[in-house]
Amino acid sequence: MAGQKVAQDTGDLVLNRVSKLYGDFRAVDDLSLTIPDGSFFALLGPSGCGKTTTLRMIAGLEEPTSGTINIGDTDITTQKPYRRNVNTVFQNYALFPHLTIFENVAFGLRRRGIKDVKVEVESALALVELGHLAERKPSQLSGGQQQRIAVARAIVNKPEVLLLDEPLGALDLKLRRQMQIELKRIQTEVGITFIHVTHDQEEAMTMADTIAVMNQGKIEQLGSATELYESPKTAFVANFLGQCNLIKAKVQSRSGGKAVVSAKGLNFEIPLARVSTDSDSILMGIRPEKLRLDDSGTNSIKECVVTDRSFVGTSTQYLVRTPWDLELVVFEQNDEGLHDLRVGDKVSLEWDPEHTFGLDGSQDVNAGADLDDDE
Amino acid sequence: MAFLHTAASSTTGPRSGLKSRSWTPYLLLAPGLIWLVTFFIFPILSLASTSTMVRPDGAQIGTYVQEFRLANYIDAFQANQEQYIRSFVYAGIATILALAIAYPLAYMIAFKSGKYRNILLVLVVAPFFTSFLLRTVAWTQILGDEGPIVQTLKLLPFVGDSMRLTSTPFAVVSGLTYNFLPFMTLPLYASLERIDPRTLEAAGDLYANGLTTFRKVTVPLSMPGVVAGTLLTFIPAAGDYVNAAILGSPSTKMIGNVIESRFFAVVDYPTAAALSFTLMATILILVTLYIRRSGTDELV
Repeated sequence: MAGQKVAQDTGDLVLNRVSKLYGDFRAVDDLSLTIPDGSFFALLGPSGCGKTTTLRMIAGLEEPTSGTINIGDTDITTQKPYRRNVNTVFQNYALFPHLTIFENVAFGLRRRGIKDVKVEVESALALVELGHLAERKPSQLSGGQQQRIAVARAIVNKPEVLLLDEPLGALDLKLRRQMQIELKRIQTEVGITFIHVTHDQEEAMTMADTIAVMNQGKIEQLGSATELYESPKTAFVANFLGQCNLIKAKVQSRSGGKAVVSAKGLNFEIPLARVSTDSDSILMGIRPEKLRLDDSGTNSIKECVVTDRSFVGTSTQYLVRTPWDLELVVFEQNDEGLHDLRVGDKVSLEWDPEHTFGLDGSQDVNAGADLDDDE
Repeated sequence: MAFLHTAASSTTGPRSGLKSRSWTPYLLLAPGLIWLVTFFIFPILSLASTSTMVRPDGAQIGTYVQEFRLANYIDAFQANQEQYIRSFVYAGIATILALAIAYPLAYMIAFKSGKYRNILLVLVVAPFFTSFLLRTVAWTQILGDEGPIVQTLKLLPFVGDSMRLTSTPFAVVSGLTYNFLPFMTLPLYASLERIDPRTLEAAGDLYANGLTTFRKVTVPLSMPGVVAGTLLTFIPAAGDYVNAAILGSPSTKMIGNVIESRFFAVVDYPTAAALSFTLMATILILVTLYIRRSGTDELV
């Protein structure tokens, strides 16, 4: 198994207008989604956004209130979990404590009546590099090892789709980074469709080809990590993926491929292609690392004050207050251009118009920010 | 020399703290230990010594002298073989019945009861609020000739008018099953409740249907509860005499009844003591074999 693609061409996973209601609560709200065969797909969102419910419906552990789920031409909406060729890596792994690692991995194969499981179990264990632990019990393994066994136990069945429910949530940061790379390697090796549910934006961006950002049962935006980060379409996405400065502004003119907007008497330019609304009231967005502590550019704000400063290794992060008391976040690389400002220093901000984007102004500026990151 | 020095300083340093800490386990053990020695070890020794005593010829009833007569054991066993075997058969049947009743009950409470869980658990222990004796007497009413069960059964065409339930093995085994049911249910519940529902979901996800999930995951993971429950039922049921005395007849006598009458009615202390020891030894052997076989120590 190791080193060769095991996935057959089974067709894309298609969710068509899927809703899930718990009483009056819409956990998943009219969700349509196509996940291409063989891709690494992430469902990203804060807790309670419906991402786990979506995953459980694909696994067959929940039944949609309405809508259909297909893999290729097969409708699996109401198929029992044990009948669908979808396997899950559960949060906290859910390994069988009474069985050895070998038997844990062999479980799915045995249930399908496969007698000779040795070769396949061993190659699945080799894939996660834990062949030497076959005779142990799950309780004798570390968290990271259990996590990898959970992956082996699912992947040995060669599912059409592998679901990962916050699989790295219980691991410490260093191990999590390592496992992110590991999972990505495994996915590339086996070529199975991976659907990864997470609330960790960095994790989603590191691993997935395509990310769907979910909020309140709906998909806010779908795209590659770069697309979502550089061109968010909503304030929620802008704030949830990394940090973002959003400034309320009014559109003054749209011409020559650029929009001129004003805020507090200052004019700024945004490329028209990066303005995702026709409304005149917009939110102007600039990522913290795109802001420079200078006053030369077209888009600049003068007479600001540094209110906080923290050194985080590769960069120094400043909180800078504008003359109208809005706090903006600025990341400055720790290289020769470093300003090394102190709290209370006067400073000007400027940024390239190309790095500015415009969102619909009717949204909450803080949507998606300050969400509780823990599950 | 340097080594000696450090060794010496490390013993003198926190010495007082270490010393008081080293006494703590013994202090904590003391009450239990004193209790056991007074009310268990001492009576057991006294019982052991009584079991080999003999009544001298012509002595008064209840007067025995120590003669280390081990043949007491053989005599006692041979005279009461029937009741002895019956005790284990009844206790075994009651244990199996209790397991059959308690498992679905505990499963339901652990996985399906939702907000009624606590109420149901209180109901399981509710019988303990009244006396064991009274509840068993109540069963004579329920199973009595004029009671609801017999009257209802008599409506059936193949049940004769002479049918009765009291004073039958059925009544005794039913009583045993009923009285020890909570001891079966609670450990079962405790071990089922500890099962992570996600492992059951994982089994479903890995192509196991409901029945296979139950056989391959639920049952193995609940084995500690099964073992604890069956022991807590079987051991007291084998030595029980209340159910046989109240619900049974002379032909359903258990070894507990024999011991009781030897002690209090016949005042034949050596035989009663010998029977007690034989019972204890048999239970100990059976339990050891059972625990070995079920291999629960391998479970988490």
